[in-house]
Amino acid sequence: MSAHLRVIRAGPQMSLQDLGRPGYLSKGLARGGAADRQAHAEGAILLGQDVLLASLEMAGLGGVFEASGAVRIALTGAPMAATVSGQRLQWNASHRLNGGDRLEIGPASRGTYGYLSVGGGFDTKDMLGSRSANFVAGLGKRVREDDVLPVGDDQGIDTPSQLLDVPERCSGGEVRVVPGAQTSFYPEETRVRFANTRFHRDARGNRQGVKLYAEGPPFEAAGQKTVLSEIILPGDIQMTGEGDPFVLLPECQTTGGYPRIGSVLPEDLPIVAQATPGTELWFRFLSHSEADETFQSETERWEGLKRSLRPLVRGPDDLGNLLGLQLISGVTAGGPDLYEEEHG
Amino acid sequence: MSQSDTAPEGFPITARHGVDGCVVRFGDTLTEAANRAAIGLQATLERGAIEGVEEASSALASVYVRFGSVAALHKGMLDLSRILEEEDFYSAPLPRGRRHWIVPASFGGEAGPQLASVASQVGLSETRAVEELTEARLRVLAIGFAPGQPYLGELPENWHLPRLSDLIDVPAGALVVAIRQIVLFANASPTGWQHVGRTGFRLYRPEDEVRPFALAPGDEVSFRPVAAEHVLAPNDKGDGAVWEPIP
Repeated sequence: MSAHLRVIRAGPQMSLQDLGRPGYLSKGLARGGAADRQAHAEGAILLGQDVLLASLEMAGLGGVFEASGAVRIALTGAPMAATVSGQRLQWNASHRLNGGDRLEIGPASRGTYGYLSVGGGFDTKDMLGSRSANFVAGLGKRVREDDVLPVGDDQGIDTPSQLLDVPERCSGGEVRVVPGAQTSFYPEETRVRFANTRFHRDARGNRQGVKLYAEGPPFEAAGQKTVLSEIILPGDIQMTGEGDPFVLLPECQTTGGYPRIGSVLPEDLPIVAQATPGTELWFRFLSHSEADETFQSETERWEGLKRSLRPLVRGPDDLGNLLGLQLISGVTAGGPDLYEEEHG
Repeated sequence: MSQSDTAPEGFPITARHGVDGCVVRFGDTLTEAANRAAIGLQATLERGAIEGVEEASSALASVYVRFGSVAALHKGMLDLSRILEEEDFYSAPLPRGRRHWIVPASFGGEAGPQLASVASQVGLSETRAVEELTEARLRVLAIGFAPGQPYLGELPENWHLPRLSDLIDVPAGALVVAIRQIVLFANASPTGWQHVGRTGFRLYRPEDEVRPFALAPGDEVSFRPVAAEHVLAPNDKGDGAVWEPIP
């Protein structure tokens, strides 16, 4: 019989995620899937398994989980304090749990979305070809206390633990953008000002998108009120009627009439998704030919990551230093209100 | 919508969008021909007319096309410009395989609290306004915003109501009007459109593996007036919506 994880305590915004449901745009259903697809993929790479297997996405805060049997896990995305039996677990690494082990995952020290992957993936029923929850579309549910998360068969249960060197993407910074079909609606002066502006992530944000704010006048397109509704994709930077930028994320609407000044490169979108309220972000436009030169499909990018894998060696530094840990306390640690309703 | 079958000046245009896709735009305002062209190109791409297309999605007057790689995108955009030259999508008939749906709907009262106000805005009695809404045979211009949610049009010209900036909350099943269009909401939502009726139509059935979305762009919809209790209290007799193939 396969193992499972029992949820003893759950952070406020946990859900199973994978790469979502591509191919339903013409039916009004956004692709959805992990808010930080890269982090989800890193978990699969650490466990040596298919990126299509589901992981647990934890926004701002993890939870407490009890393993029913031997389970391999990987911890990726926004770093969170994780321990088993008082021993601290390294982030961006895979580990083995034994039956009865309690895994405790606390608040994120930086970034928003942490991922708990398991060897064999979380084996829930698939809906329209994916196990990911899509709250806007009413698919799947939030993971809550007392839930039992079934774990699929793990072909690699005896594989040694691995560590992955991961470039920092949980502290904001530069985000590359390509022009889109509506960029030309913005006067040149507005585009230059946009690229020269330092933005901060607003408190408003969720899996649909995050709002940014900055000093200065709004960014307005010519004829902004009369733009005919057309395609909207994750990564698009949409200006609302007030000229406030929203960067759209996996559960965004599929069409809309607010114009988009450009689109964040898919490999840089995790920087935006991971930014916590107040984090500084700025945008650099690439020409399409520049973007074409650096283009790699997700498959190519994730294949390349495997070169950064190395065995996890336990040393004295890995011993649990419980005094230095923030243990989960059942409160949300002042985390952002990630599911605040927005009408952007 | 204007009934002209010719391309507006300067259209169609194709512009890149994102790193691996492009948008083909058939106009910058909604016309019957631009919408028909978008639905036609979508159907052409779904038939596999161009290699390397990962996904195509039509909106009111445009089609988004995503490719799997930059190489496929560059080749695909050349292929797109070739088929746009070879075929005049503005004068082409709508694709085959479409459905005409007849959907029970209730108007006014609890089912459509803004009917009286809307009727006076469009210069009709409430009875006559409901007749215009139920006599119209509307096209699914696009599916978008939320899963399975249709934009239906166009209503007669007197229905050119503005979208309001003061949003109201409407329930799942709400039938709302603005800009000569009707939107049916699959889920409860805030909206700047005005709420005149309600249906029990199940636009989106995630548990149905075969046809999870009832409507497709190009389908047609008529409303059959029913008493409010048929749409306000869902029962297990189904939503009452029926369809026939459009020949």
